Amino acid sequence: MKHVIVATVEQQPHTLNRILSLFRMRGFAIESMTWGHTEIPGIMRLTLVVDGSKTMIEQVTKQLYKVIEVRKVSDITEDRTVTRELALIKVTAKAQNRAEIMQIADIYQAKIVDVTLTSLMIEVTGPTEKIDSFVALVRGFGIKEMVRTGVVAMVRGSNVLTERALSAEERSVPENGRGRKPTQAELADAAMAAAGIHGGSGG
Amino acid sequence: MVAECLVREGVKHIFGMPGGAIMPLYDVLPDYPFRHILIRHEQGAGHAADGYARAGRTVGVCMATSGPGAINLVTGIASAFMDSVPLVAITANVATHYIGTDAFQEADITGITIPITKQNYLVRDVRDLPRVFKEAFHIARTGRPGPVLIDIPKDILLSEAEFHYPEKVDLPGYNPTRNPNMQQVKKAARLIETARKPVIIAGQGVLISGAMDELKEFAEKTDIPVITTLLGISSFPETHPLSLGLIGMHGWAYANYAVHHSDLVIAIGMRMDDRATGKVSQFAPNAKIIHIDIDPAEIGKNVRVDVPIVGDVKAVLQRLNPELHETASHKEWFEQIENWKRKHPPVPLDFKPDELTTIEVIQGIYNASKGAIVVADVGQHQMFAAQHYWYDEPYTWITSGGLGAMGYALPAAIGAQVARPDKTVWCVIGDGGFQMTMQELAVAVNENLPVKFALINNCSLGMVRQWQQLFFQGNYVAVDLCGPPNYVKLAEAYGMPAWRVTTGGEVEFAINAALRHPGPAIIEFRVQKDEVVWPMVVPGTALVEVRTG
Repeated sequence: MKHVIVATVEQQPHTLNRILSLFRMRGFAIESMTWGHTEIPGIMRLTLVVDGSKTMIEQVTKQLYKVIEVRKVSDITEDRTVTRELALIKVTAKAQNRAEIMQIADIYQAKIVDVTLTSLMIEVTGPTEKIDSFVALVRGFGIKEMVRTGVVAMVRGSNVLTERALSAEERSVPENGRGRKPTQAELADAAMAAAGIHGGSGG
Repeated sequence: MVAECLVREGVKHIFGMPGGAIMPLYDVLPDYPFRHILIRHEQGAGHAADGYARAGRTVGVCMATSGPGAINLVTGIASAFMDSVPLVAITANVATHYIGTDAFQEADITGITIPITKQNYLVRDVRDLPRVFKEAFHIARTGRPGPVLIDIPKDILLSEAEFHYPEKVDLPGYNPTRNPNMQQVKKAARLIETARKPVIIAGQGVLISGAMDELKEFAEKTDIPVITTLLGISSFPETHPLSLGLIGMHGWAYANYAVHHSDLVIAIGMRMDDRATGKVSQFAPNAKIIHIDIDPAEIGKNVRVDVPIVGDVKAVLQRLNPELHETASHKEWFEQIENWKRKHPPVPLDFKPDELTTIEVIQGIYNASKGAIVVADVGQHQMFAAQHYWYDEPYTWITSGGLGAMGYALPAAIGAQVARPDKTVWCVIGDGGFQMTMQELAVAVNENLPVKFALINNCSLGMVRQWQQLFFQGNYVAVDLCGPPNYVKLAEAYGMPAWRVTTGGEVEFAINAALRHPGPAIIEFRVQKDEVVWPMVVPGTALVEVRTG
């Protein structure tokens, strides 16, 4: 079964290298991986889609925790989430079928971002399944080139994943771009995280 | 700056070798109170620091220059990583502006060591050095210990900055769980109380956390037999009536039977290595499994688990012991184990007077120096040394268990002797492994380290030969080491006394002579090449299928 795993990670020069090295060494089949900034400078978000057994997903999570810079790992597969992927697709498009392709793009709320006499570049955003189905539809016209970003995901509601990964000090220090005192609830959360209740990193 | 950090961390000994890039650091070493031990090959520095760390229960420090020097440390670092040994490896690199230009003696040692270090650093600002050293020693020794590498470009070694050593580390992503979840502990206690055929499997975690007393209390209170993993040897006195000795590929038949037929396995500070478990799908098929380890990733990784307990072994046992009330009777269970013991006794007694066996050598060493530190290399002699010496004192058994790095024992024994000058240190090593790192004999002589080298010479790569005999129809390929060197003359060349022993009758004399000599000494024991280590659990089979001959 496919799992979406989100990790909050301090950015150090070797960190991504170390994470990739462990995936390679342990043979984890990573389907998609994205690495990008969060709302906090120096804190990155890693989003993984992993297809594997329960044991394997557990190992991915536990091994990630062993990387010193990894603050928090969450399997959000069962949560209500918004997941998005972006694809740029260059489709063969001559005068006789251009309108048809644009019509399909319109249905998918995709954007035509570049046009030539023989091709269209289409930008499409959405959950993986939506992109898969769009790709299947336009494949018949001839896909000249395609790139997909991989999945990013966020849990619905007002809870914040990054927040839990921060120490109480980081939350209260304005230099970290937050500029406000943490609430009592957040401090309690941080204490629990420090006590390993959210699964603090192991040895 | 680096030397200052090492002083703050209480470092007393460093094993290393200088070279171009690291010269600025060596330049200041004489001004500092720690002792640098000049090894002859950087691999030796890694293993010596490993032996030092294990015997001395501290962080071992090794040091090498850029490029080839750093890369030569890799085997030592990898072995320490597999065996959870706290190590800090310091390497120099080419100057910052040369990094990435394929400069002379440049190597991406942080890249190379990512999979074999707990953490590593490339320091690009001299002001980071104190924080990096503080973190490195903290990470190396806490949680599940392991090696940390610090790579420092030459220009950083030459730069100066104001020195502030941090008092605390600030690592929000690193909080090893020490104290266990009490609900799990209580759950475990109830299982232990009702089990009819329980076994304890003790691993190196017991030694790392110093929980020998707690383990003994636990075993005695509950009347449960204790079996150890290879690295768990010496965590529980082997002459104790509850001790069943070694589990696994070359573990005792009765220990393996006991695990297989048990109804409860209490695995303490061990990682369910394939050499210990045999075929995983048939490991203790009728047992519930309680697995205690500080590294959550080890729990459920190889073997299913019923009660996972994440925590430091000592902290867990200190909470578990008071939770235990009356246990069920294990009388029938011990009777069954006694039957297996009678059927498959641990010591074969058919020694021939005109031949020498490794078992006689190991028993001879045991009889002459009980309580010594035994550092074993990798191969047949390692298994004989694990089986036939009785380890009663903790931290007296040191070997490269996980990586199985031949050539480990000679430098590791040197490191162990540096850490424990008060102890007799025996290096039990085969002729194959001996020839991999024998250049370090010079260190034993120069540093006057009285290590006793028991060289088990069967003039072949014995364990490979054993596998060729058993699994490749006796097709012996590339295992013959007969011929040079003459080890007695080699010892003489290094200025050490040596004895050659070819029969069982001479064993005692040679061992006592070597023990009486105040410095390092070699005894070459000539044994037969067709010796086979029994018992053996053939790879891919279950513990219960253990073969005894």
